[in-house]
Order: sequence, then structure tokens, then C-alpha cells
Amino acid sequence: MNWIDIGTPEDIPLRGARVVKTRLGCVAVFRPAADEVYALADRCPHKGGPLSEGIVHGRAVTCPLHNWVFSLETGAAQGADAGQVETYPLRIEGGRLLLDGAKLALRGAA
Amino acid sequence: MTRNLIIIGAGMAAGRLVELVTEAGGWHITLFNAEPRGTYNRIMLSPVLSGEKTYSEIVTHDDGFYAERGVACRFGERVTRIDREARTVTGASGDVLPYDKLVIATGSEPFIIPLPGHDLDGVIAYRDLEDTERMMGLAAGQRAVVIGGGLLGLEAAAGLHARGVSVTVVHLMGHLMERQLDEAAGYLLRRELVGRGIDIRCSANSKEIKGKDGKVQALILEDGTELPCDLLVMAVGIRPSTGLAKAAGLAVGRGVHVDDQMLTSDADVLAIGECVEHGGQVFGLVAPLYDQAKVAAAVLTGAEAAFVNRETATKLKVTGCDLFSAGDFAEGEDREDIVFRDPGRGIYKRLVLRDNRLIGAVMYGDTGDGGWFHGLIKDATDVSEMRDTLIFGPSFQGGAALDPMAAVAALPADAEICGCNGVCKGQITTAIEGGAGTLDAVRATTKASASCGTCTGLVEQLLAVTLGEAFVLPTAKPICGCTDLTHEDVRRLIKSKPLKSQPAVWQELGWSTPNGCHVCRPAINFYLLADWPLEYRDDPQSRFVNERRHANIQKDGTFSVVPRMWGGITTPDELRAIADAADKYKVPTVKVTGGQRIDLLGVRGVDLPAIWADLNRAGMVSGHAYSKGLRTVKTCVGTDHCRFGTQDSTGLGIKLEKALWGSWTPHKVKLAVSGCPRNCAEATCKDLGIVCVDSGFEISVGGAAGMDVKETEPLGKVATEAEAVEWTIAFVQLYRENAKYLDRPYKWIAKVGLDWVQARVGDAEERARLVAAFALSQSIYQRDPWADLAAPEAARGFAPLADLTLEAAE
Repeated sequence: MNWIDIGTPEDIPLRGARVVKTRLGCVAVFRPAADEVYALADRCPHKGGPLSEGIVHGRAVTCPLHNWVFSLETGAAQGADAGQVETYPLRIEGGRLLLDGAKLALRGAA
Repeated sequence: MTRNLIIIGAGMAAGRLVELVTEAGGWHITLFNAEPRGTYNRIMLSPVLSGEKTYSEIVTHDDGFYAERGVACRFGERVTRIDREARTVTGASGDVLPYDKLVIATGSEPFIIPLPGHDLDGVIAYRDLEDTERMMGLAAGQRAVVIGGGLLGLEAAAGLHARGVSVTVVHLMGHLMERQLDEAAGYLLRRELVGRGIDIRCSANSKEIKGKDGKVQALILEDGTELPCDLLVMAVGIRPSTGLAKAAGLAVGRGVHVDDQMLTSDADVLAIGECVEHGGQVFGLVAPLYDQAKVAAAVLTGAEAAFVNRETATKLKVTGCDLFSAGDFAEGEDREDIVFRDPGRGIYKRLVLRDNRLIGAVMYGDTGDGGWFHGLIKDATDVSEMRDTLIFGPSFQGGAALDPMAAVAALPADAEICGCNGVCKGQITTAIEGGAGTLDAVRATTKASASCGTCTGLVEQLLAVTLGEAFVLPTAKPICGCTDLTHEDVRRLIKSKPLKSQPAVWQELGWSTPNGCHVCRPAINFYLLADWPLEYRDDPQSRFVNERRHANIQKDGTFSVVPRMWGGITTPDELRAIADAADKYKVPTVKVTGGQRIDLLGVRGVDLPAIWADLNRAGMVSGHAYSKGLRTVKTCVGTDHCRFGTQDSTGLGIKLEKALWGSWTPHKVKLAVSGCPRNCAEATCKDLGIVCVDSGFEISVGGAAGMDVKETEPLGKVATEAEAVEWTIAFVQLYRENAKYLDRPYKWIAKVGLDWVQARVGDAEERARLVAAFALSQSIYQRDPWADLAAPEAARGFAPLADLTLEAAE
């Protein structure tokens, strides 16, 4: 584990998302509830839509391009669609958002 | 043996007690009253004030009554002391009288707000005949201010108004009679009173009372408003009058403590009426007071009785304001509402249920069933069997459970079904029998359910009853999986309940998801901002990406940027600025759109705030090419250049675009103005198109040139440009208030009927209301989103939260 400080939860609008740029593409950081955050690859497996621009509802996000819905907890597509989005460990500690750099590194290796 | 009973106070509770005790006998009664008279019906002071009754008509116990029953009256004499040790009371005259039993019925005192100036002459409460006479002393044309928009305050105001006095009501809370009415009924009441000419100010805080030579002159509000008046009436509440009891050492809380037998902490002293506190409650309505008198009389005559507080109902005694309220109608998680509204007739009924039992009812406009509902509340009747037809009242409840279909079948032919258009059952069944076999056909032939749509269900049931199996009830399509309600249901409930926030919608309408989904959230967000422009704030997180980012997302995740070109007119400077921006941000594609403007395609999301700021600097604002709102107003060149032009079509187009831009609508709205019937601007396939002719402007609506192609239909013809603008705004606002989210105007018009739209927009009064409502919304929403989002704080949201590309992800 290699926790990287990426900001505070308040930097992300409630029921919204922001992106973190990495060398291997963007990671979307979602905030479905005040003290709840999730990190997923910012790329829909269907047509590559930016998930960070989707509508966040419950613990899910709807891709803005073709309305595929993904679980923020598992990254799995919901309903009739089949697909999987990479998820990344993210936690709140001392009011800061900490993203796991180790998993990001693996992303490159995979 | 006759024993001595002293009663302090001769109000309504005491009056009833005297009656009951003298009928039973066994007591010699002495009746003290601080007011110089016996018992009268205090509740009827309002009709006395308004002139509908005289004082003598409301006296319930006259001198003859007391003489006949041998009651020793000491009217106009206060009791100054109770000595419980010696069992005596002392009157203001100095007389000391012994008692075997004492009843305290001192009632209540009006609460006077200790504002500076509250002791000036002309500042009164509304409690007794003296106060009433004081108000009756005002001449027509004089001015009065009433502080308090509760039951008593409004009765005072209405009574004064009936006497020709000019009245202003100042109420601290947001709506009238907030203890008895919910907001919706409070609104209807206010509308009625304002319509009569009573000035009503809610959410108004009084600051001080101004006077001259010791006499009241004006009330000053917190916001500095000065309300001149010759009389100021404070009707802000009452509190139990407990001074005497307290001084005598009896247990006193808010009121004099009594048990179920109305005994105070001293077994020889009873208390009844507004001065008592029983089970933590104090009383202000007459029904429980009479119950207390009955219990006290029984106790005094040696019978067994116990006081049980029962549900009480309120009716406002203002002629023409039909209003009823009973039980508990506060909102709560465990409660369900049944609401019936008929806007055309100003009727509102709301029933509050808990565990299949009616616990509260509020009605305005038609209160005929109030007594029946009150009975259901008192008896805690299980209403699950008649729930579907409950709101229609007792005439729809048979011995056995009735289904709604049978209830409709049982309606008489002259029962009104559609209040908006005044259509009764007979007309509808005749139309159905004459071949109108669908809802749309019934609407077209009778106009029933063609306006607000509240009666749609009833009309469908009539179709089913009349046609039998030949009619299949269309199943209503819910908005999405989060709810069983349709868009129409939700729009109606948002207005009627009313609901002013998304959490309120989710909670009150029983959403099955915690905060909706991508289908319902944008719709609810629009409905709320359209219906409650002042109370609700737009939620960007409930918008589709294009409206949140104020740019159209493209398939590669880049965006397009379209600045507004008013009426399709641009300048060399604007074109240069657009060209510079295209160069600076390496825009791959520049395209002229069908709406007479220029589209910059392929702008990266992170560059949006910067390119907007550049275009803003050149005087351009967002073209809203991405929004469910006004897109463009296409124009031809009109009289300025064209040899056929009949009017300044470009100028009108620009005026319309400047008036309408920035407003949110159920779907996108495109307009066009053509300068002559050659129609170069293709106005007849737009949501609203204007074709100029020599004699004026032909406005038509409901065109389409997308998935469906449809020619517009005439809305109306007007003579002046100003009227053309007014009609257009009114049409857009009507569409905003009524259409289902994502219905273009042509789809909406097909549902409500062009006739209805024409009638609403064509009605001068309604048109003015629509224009004003639109202006109110525009005062909040007509802002350039580009300027807002290019500001540094907002622009940060477009940048990455963090950039780890430079950091080795070791």
C-alpha cells in the first residue's frame, strides 16, 4: 500500500465526481454521500465514456454516453449490461482523501 | 341541605356548569364575573363584529335565567383572594363569602406582545364584548392593523373589513392559521381574503408601535414598513388565567392542574375551561370545555364521570370562507396523505392517515363532509376498506366496501366530474355513448380532463363503467423504477403537497431508492425549479452532463461550444473572437449550425472555462446549445433588407431571444420569426413560430422537424410586436408549468389539447399571470452560465482533483 493524498472530500461535489490524472489514464473519484467516496477507472468499458461526468445515484453511476449503470462498490455493470470497471482503494483519513498508489502501479503492469 | 357553590367566571364553560348544576339541584350558587354581564356565546363575537348578529342574539343566559334558577350574580366584580384554609373567597367589594365547593373558571387572557408602544390607547386584544365594541366604533374608511393571522385574528380582520374598515393583517408565520391549516389550504384562504381586499402580510415581524399624544398611529415592521392605523388589534394567542389559583397555592403549570374529575390539587376546588391544564394540554375550543362542565357538574352532584380529551375540529367563522380542520395533519414518516384538488373551484382536501386510520383532515372550499371525517378521526375507524373512495365522503361509502368503479357508477348524472371546465357525469356518459370511446375523444368532445388533468382517473373510470369490457384502462407508465407514480402525478403532487426539495419528493412520494436515478433526477430537478423558483435551487448533480458542463459532450469525451448569436445576427468582431478562440484552443471543427450560429467542436473539458472567458470578453454568452431550454430564435432579414418583408422579423427575433434565454424548459425550445408568409425562417416547423403579415403577427405552436415532422398549429394572431412577445412568453411559461419532462411542446399540446392552450394564453388575466411567473423565474435563472463557471472558484471543478502523472507511482 502506498497512500497518496489527493485532496479533501469537500473538493468533490456531493453526488458528483472529480478526476485524478495518472500516466495511464484518469481515475474518477465519486462522492455519493457526504462521507463516502469511491475510486473507479474513468472509462466505461462499453464505448469509453467518462464515468466522472455521469449522474451519481445511490451507490451507482450512470455513464453519460449510453446510460450504462455501474456499482461504485464493485465496478460491475448493473442490470442487463455486462462489463467491469477497475476499482481502486480509497479512504478518508484525518479529513484527507488517500488513494492507493500501489494499485495504480499494478494498473500499468497489467 | 343546600350547600354553597361559588363559581369564579361566567364564560361559556361556567354557563354550561350553572345550567347542569341548577337542573340537578342541591347547591346555592354564587357566580362572580369580572365582565359586567352574564354568559354569552363568545364564539359568536365575530358575527357581531361583522354586523351579521347583534349582541342580544348571542346572550345565552339572561337575567331571567339567573333569577329563575336562584343564582346570586356578582357581575362586574372581580375575586381578589381565595382562602382555602377558611374556605372563603373575597370579592372586589370586600365581601367575604364561604364555600363548600369552589369552581375556578377564570378562562384565559389574551397575550399582548410587549412591543414598544403596546400600552398606547387604541391597542387592544380581541377577547370580549368591550374589544368588539371598540372595533365596531371604527368608521368606514378608517384603518386597522391586526397582528396575528390565526383563527381569531382573521375573524377580526374579516369583521372589520365587512364594516368598511381598511384592514392589514400582519402574521409572523409563512402561512395563515398555521396551527390549523397546512400550507396549501393556508394559501387558498389567503387568496380568498386578499381577493376581498384585505391586505395580508405573512412572514412579517412587528418591531414597534408608533403613537402620538398617547394614541396609536402606526405599526412599524422589522423591515421598516410603516402601517398607519387608527386601531391595532393583537390576536396572537391566549394563555390560561391562573393568577388567582396560583396565589391560592394550587398546583399550576401552564394552566391550573386538574385530574379527570376536574379536581385541582385541593379536593374542594374544581377548575374548568380555558384556565385548566389536563394531561399536559390546555384548551381553546368550546367542545372540550363543555365536556369539562359536564364532568364537573356530575362530580358536584355525586355522580361518576371522567373527562376524556377528544379530537376537536375548527371552522373559521368568516362568511364565504369554507374551511375545516381537525386532528393532526403534521407531516411525519409514518403518515400517508390523500389529497384532492380542484383548482378550478378552489377546492382542496387533505386527509392524513396513520396505520389505516384517519388522524387529520384539512379542507378548503368544500367542507360538507367535515363532520363525517371528524367522526372517523374521533372513533379511530379503520378506513382500509374505503380508502380508495374515502376522500369523496360518506355518500360514496356503502354498507359493504365499494370499489372506486362502483362509486363512479353510483354518481348522479349531474355530479361534476371536471371542475376546471364544469363538465358533469351526464355529459361525459352521453359523449361516450355517442362514440367517444377513448380518453382523448372524451376530452375532445366534452373538455373533461383537458385542463389540469386531476379528474383523468374519474373520466377513465366512467369510460370503463359505460363501455364495460370494451374499454381497457391504459396502464399509467411510471417515471422510472424508483416510483410507481407517473410524471403527471409527480408534477401535480409537487404543486399540491407542496414539495420543495428533492429529499421531500423522495420521502413524501415513497421513492424506492435513496436518491433517485439518472432518469428521475433530472425530471424532478426541473419540476422543482419550474414550480418553486424562489424556494428551490437548481442541483447541477441532477443534470445530464451537457447541462452540468454547459457544453455538449461528444463521443470522444470532448465538448462543443456554441456562443449565442441573437436572432442569428453577428459582427466582424464576434467572428474574429470566435476565430481566435478556435486557433488558441486548437478546435478541430468549426461548423455553422441550423440555428444560425457557429459551433466549435472538439474542445477539451479542461479548456472550457478558459474558452468561455475569452468569448465572454468579446461580449458573447452561452448559446445554451446543450440545454432543455431556449436554443435559438431563427429569423429572416425582414423589413430591414427584404423587399417582401412586412415587419421587423429580425428585431422581434432578437427581442424574443433576449426575453427567453436562460430559462429551463421541459425539453429544448426552438423559435423562428419569418417576415412574410414566404416563411424563409421556416417558422412553421418550430416549437413556436411567428409569421409576420401586414396586419400583425400570426403565432403558431407545436411544430417539429426531428424524429417527427409536424407543422405548427395556430395559437392566435396579434396586432403589435409587444403582444407577440407577451403571447410567446405566456406560451413558454404554460409549457414550463404543465408539460412532462422531455415532452416537446407538440407532444404536450397533443395531451392537453390546443383549445386549452389557446384558452389559457388567450385569456388576458391568465396571460398576465404567466408572464409575471416567467419574469420571476428569469430574475433567478437568466444568468450566463459561462461567466459563472469561468470564475476561478467554479473553474476549479473542471480541473483534475490531482495530477499524478508527474509522480512516479512506485
